[in-house]
Amino acid sequence: MPPELATATPGNAPDSPASTGASEGSGTSLLTRLRSWETLIAFLIVVACIVGSQLSGEFLTTDSITTTTFDMIEVALMALPLTLVIVAAEIDLSIASVLGLSSAVMGKLWNAGLPIEAIFPICLAVGIACGAFNGFLVTRLGLPSLAVTIGTMGLFRGLAFVVLGDQSVTSFPATWTDRAFGVIGGGDGWIPNVLILFAVLAVLFGVLLHYTPFGRTVFAVGANEEAARFSGVRVKRTRMLLFVMSGFVSSLAGIEMTLRQSTASADIGTGFELTVVAAVVLGGVSIFGGRGRLGGVVLALILLGAIQKALTLAPNVSSYWIQIVDGVLLVGSVLVPNLVTRLREYRAHAGTRTRALRPARAELTTIGPRHKEEEE
Amino acid sequence: MSVTTTEIPVLALAGASKSFGAVHALREATLELRAGEVHALMGENGAGKSTLVKMLAGVYRPDEGTVKVDGAAVAFHGPLDARDAGVAIIYQEPTLFPDLSVAENVFMGRQPLASGRRIDRKAMHDQVNELFARLGVELDAERPVRGLSIADQQIVEIAKALSFEARVLIMDEPTAALSGAEVDRLFGVVRTLRERGAALMFISHRLEEVFAICDTVTVMRDGAVTFDGPLAGLTSDDLVRQMVGRDLDALFPKETASVGSQVLKVERLTREGVFTDISFEVRAGEIVALAGLVGAGRSEVARAIFGIDRWDGGSVELLGRPIHNGRPNAAMRAGIGFVPEDRRQQGLVMDLSIARNATMTRTRALAHLGIIRAASERALATEWGTRLQLKYHRLDDPVGRLSGGNQQKVVLAKWLATQPRLLIVDEPTRGIDVGTKAEVHRLISQLAGEGLAVLMISSELPEVLGMADRVLVMHEGRLTGHFTRAEADEERIVRAMSGQTQEVAT
Amino acid sequence: MSASAPPVDAGSQDRARRLSETVFRVRELGIVLALLLLIGVTAAIEPRFIHLGSLQDLARNASIYAVMAAGQTLVLVTRNVDLSVGSVLGLSAYISADLLSHGSPMIVAFVLGILVGGACGLLNGFLVTYGRVPALVVTLGTLYAFRGLAFLLTGGAQINAESLPDSFLKIGTGTVLDVPTIAIIALVVVIAVGLALRNFRSGRELYAIGSNEEAARLAGIRTSRRVVAAFVTSGALAGVAGVLFASRFGTVDATAGNGYELTVISAAVVGGVAINGGVGSVYGAALGALLLGCITSALIVLKIDSFWQQAAVGALLLIAIAFDRFIGLRLDAALRQRSAARAA
Repeated sequence: MPPELATATPGNAPDSPASTGASEGSGTSLLTRLRSWETLIAFLIVVACIVGSQLSGEFLTTDSITTTTFDMIEVALMALPLTLVIVAAEIDLSIASVLGLSSAVMGKLWNAGLPIEAIFPICLAVGIACGAFNGFLVTRLGLPSLAVTIGTMGLFRGLAFVVLGDQSVTSFPATWTDRAFGVIGGGDGWIPNVLILFAVLAVLFGVLLHYTPFGRTVFAVGANEEAARFSGVRVKRTRMLLFVMSGFVSSLAGIEMTLRQSTASADIGTGFELTVVAAVVLGGVSIFGGRGRLGGVVLALILLGAIQKALTLAPNVSSYWIQIVDGVLLVGSVLVPNLVTRLREYRAHAGTRTRALRPARAELTTIGPRHKEEEE
Repeated sequence: MSVTTTEIPVLALAGASKSFGAVHALREATLELRAGEVHALMGENGAGKSTLVKMLAGVYRPDEGTVKVDGAAVAFHGPLDARDAGVAIIYQEPTLFPDLSVAENVFMGRQPLASGRRIDRKAMHDQVNELFARLGVELDAERPVRGLSIADQQIVEIAKALSFEARVLIMDEPTAALSGAEVDRLFGVVRTLRERGAALMFISHRLEEVFAICDTVTVMRDGAVTFDGPLAGLTSDDLVRQMVGRDLDALFPKETASVGSQVLKVERLTREGVFTDISFEVRAGEIVALAGLVGAGRSEVARAIFGIDRWDGGSVELLGRPIHNGRPNAAMRAGIGFVPEDRRQQGLVMDLSIARNATMTRTRALAHLGIIRAASERALATEWGTRLQLKYHRLDDPVGRLSGGNQQKVVLAKWLATQPRLLIVDEPTRGIDVGTKAEVHRLISQLAGEGLAVLMISSELPEVLGMADRVLVMHEGRLTGHFTRAEADEERIVRAMSGQTQEVAT
Repeated sequence: MSASAPPVDAGSQDRARRLSETVFRVRELGIVLALLLLIGVTAAIEPRFIHLGSLQDLARNASIYAVMAAGQTLVLVTRNVDLSVGSVLGLSAYISADLLSHGSPMIVAFVLGILVGGACGLLNGFLVTYGRVPALVVTLGTLYAFRGLAFLLTGGAQINAESLPDSFLKIGTGTVLDVPTIAIIALVVVIAVGLALRNFRSGRELYAIGSNEEAARLAGIRTSRRVVAAFVTSGALAGVAGVLFASRFGTVDATAGNGYELTVISAAVVGGVAINGGVGSVYGAALGALLLGCITSALIVLKIDSFWQQAAVGALLLIAIAFDRFIGLRLDAALRQRSAARAA
């Protein structure tokens, strides 16, 4: 049929009056936007590197890669599963508390004399249990994940303090702490071991999100939960698994951080949750779900690390600027594309505006003063 | 029943047309609403009624023709313009604030004020109670709207319209979800309003309701007005003929298939407050239509069979094996495909690509060692795209870019790819242009010819009569009719749809 | 309340109605009961708890949170969220304390604190409405940006109680007729905001927006303007909280109010404000803040490790939302039965 052919060509697609929902863009522009978003972040990384190297001679050194990795690694690890959680239109704010709980359990059990190899699986199991608890409250009781994970954020962090109190445990075996703090190839190397851990997990989560049946369901659930359910997707199970993954990786990050700093304490990683969310959103993942790529998030993490390093090394710039730049980037990452779209809309509509004809209404009386409509 | 007509219609459409892309939703429609008159708007689904209403409501603007208020042409730039002109629309699903009280819903933004610009709650409640008294209904003005029945919510909407001193009240299938007593109360309200000089428009599929309450009628078919005039002297048959008015066989290429063994068996299926005691079967190669009015519980039965909603009693068997209650995934594996009613919200994920949507049910089968390659995804999508003659630009385009008919083909592709034994199609051709409609019909009938069992829900009588081997009719959650293809005719079905139990075919 | 309630047609409707009234009218009462229970049990174990001094402490602790929770309620009711309040508090606390330490009159400090907060809220509101950026993203971004700004302003410095005028510190520590001054201020703010939200059109319109934004627009409500106003109020009240913070603790640096945002949201949600908008009252949120503060004090008095405090607050939040959900499901079930009865 010729009519269908006509509607399927790109030229006249965007303004079907029957289309509802603001999130629905035209196809090519959506794809271009996703791709160009990653390009833009890559470009910003280059800019940050150039500026950074101008500000300080120390910026473009292997050493700064090592130290930046250590500054960012826990946030980076937790950002991976959280990307999937947010793509599925949920959120997990309890991640940093799970990290703290994992560290506290680790310290407590080490003090109790358990061998370190036996402690790791216990900590990971704690993380899985925390994730499953979140998942249970969200999927079975149908509670909003924002409220749930604000609650469990307090709960898990509180439990961490209950477990370990305000003491810190530092006597972990050197073989393990060296592994966490070490670099590949020993003393001369500059690639931290934990960066390899991150790279492996990033590939795993990237494949999971973009190249597996599970990843397909994550996108479907996030973009339209109802349609996913009507396609036989097990929505609750998908969400449950995502929360469990998030808990698991958070506890892994807790183990990693504890070993790397050779210190277990209940308060480590406090406030990380919002940094992680910020990195994911900056990576181009829609906070409403259904959109995003893991590659974008990895690039966003690199960008945040580069900015942080550049501003820390810069001699005459206060490092307090880091937070301001991060905040502006975060808002800008959503605001700028929106403004571009609105500008286009405005141009498209500018020509067709006419004034409304007011009908004559003689005998009407209304109760209370009448409202003028809002001009959109 | 005195009919007082004034010279100038309060609200009118003159030669209004509207197209969406290639689809002509409305063609040179003319309509006049006069004070003190209840006007019926009738037509099949897709005949253009809702487009017409949205034009009067200021949601759409006519491509050609004009909207006239008191005889003068106006341009509504939005719903608020229409409201200010005294036009109020009562939609089937009222748009209220569930968390706020009834009185606040009526007066939101215009609450009566006491000294210091404080809201005068007492005055507000008094005024709302007065409005309810004028309407002759009893409703607590202080209770929250959440928890009110649809009927009560409509009353709140009507009270809101009255508080605006609306002169035109348009009701879009207001009785669809109402019980008998609630309909009587609504009609009482409508008569009161007519006596007070309001112009009312009433959209309904229920013929007896139209005859009970309306003075004049406009019938639409395929986007155009086919009849316009006083109701007096007309019969049900006259109206039905005006609504249908076409040769059925030409449009519905029904293939005669040999009916095979039983595929679906539904026994005494009940969901409290939604449907009760539903039993039927569907055999291989058979198309069984489930007819009924909107809100009769047809889609709900389909949703329960597929596992979207749980049932409270009864059982469902597919090929002799019981289907789990409330698990779509299990239903899908057992061999059920479900093309849902709301394509945009339930059938497709609009943001995702055509390829992803078409293969959504087959991701596991597509994966090789757990990994899906884009190439195999496209191959499957292309295969079904070709078989269903899908018109698309690129498989990577979001499915929202396609026309309605092609979107529906993607939904069908998604389910046919699972090689189902039973296909449930809920309103398969709603919002699809005539050409593609015939294609979808041909496809369904061809599939049945190949031995697929099809359960088809449809509100379009011609579709039901043209396609079905057997017709089941539901009314208020119960089966009220069961006809073979030979027995089924419009009159019998319409009567069963309005609740008069028909002799069940053996 | 319901003097003019007309007779209803079915017993089942009665049940549905009673249930919905439970949700809508008795929610705050539940917190009051929980509060009394907590105080009663604590006092039974440790009578010192109801001594004047410890009750005054309790009131002081809760005051700052209550003021912020009142503002947060306005934002939550419109189905948005303001995560930046903790940073706004820090900014306002430092700016006002800095002024006072340089000899400004108290009124100037208060006004400037409010203005700073209001300006922050205005920025949030504009970005959310006109920039169409989700509130969670906007306020997460400004949480960092405002905090960074506070660090830049202080340059790592700290203002101590010695440099602040005594009259100012009296607000935080003093009492009027045995009631802490700071609590009186908080009470006035909460009641004022509560009245505005309940008795003025603009307040009711916030509920309408959160309940059904599309319907609100159709009712002619200027939704963008209202949402901006909600953010401005939330910011301004966080500004007030900042000044109160300075007077209560005397010591102010750039980290003031760090992490408060989540406690404030918890307080509001415990107090019955729905995170999905449309439901809740300022009084409930303030009571929620009081309950959270009370838990802290009770644990101290009972010599339970204060470590339990965070866990208890988290658990309380989960119980509160689970309870609300449970009531909601019961209501739905009652309604479904009602329509079943009607069909029969």
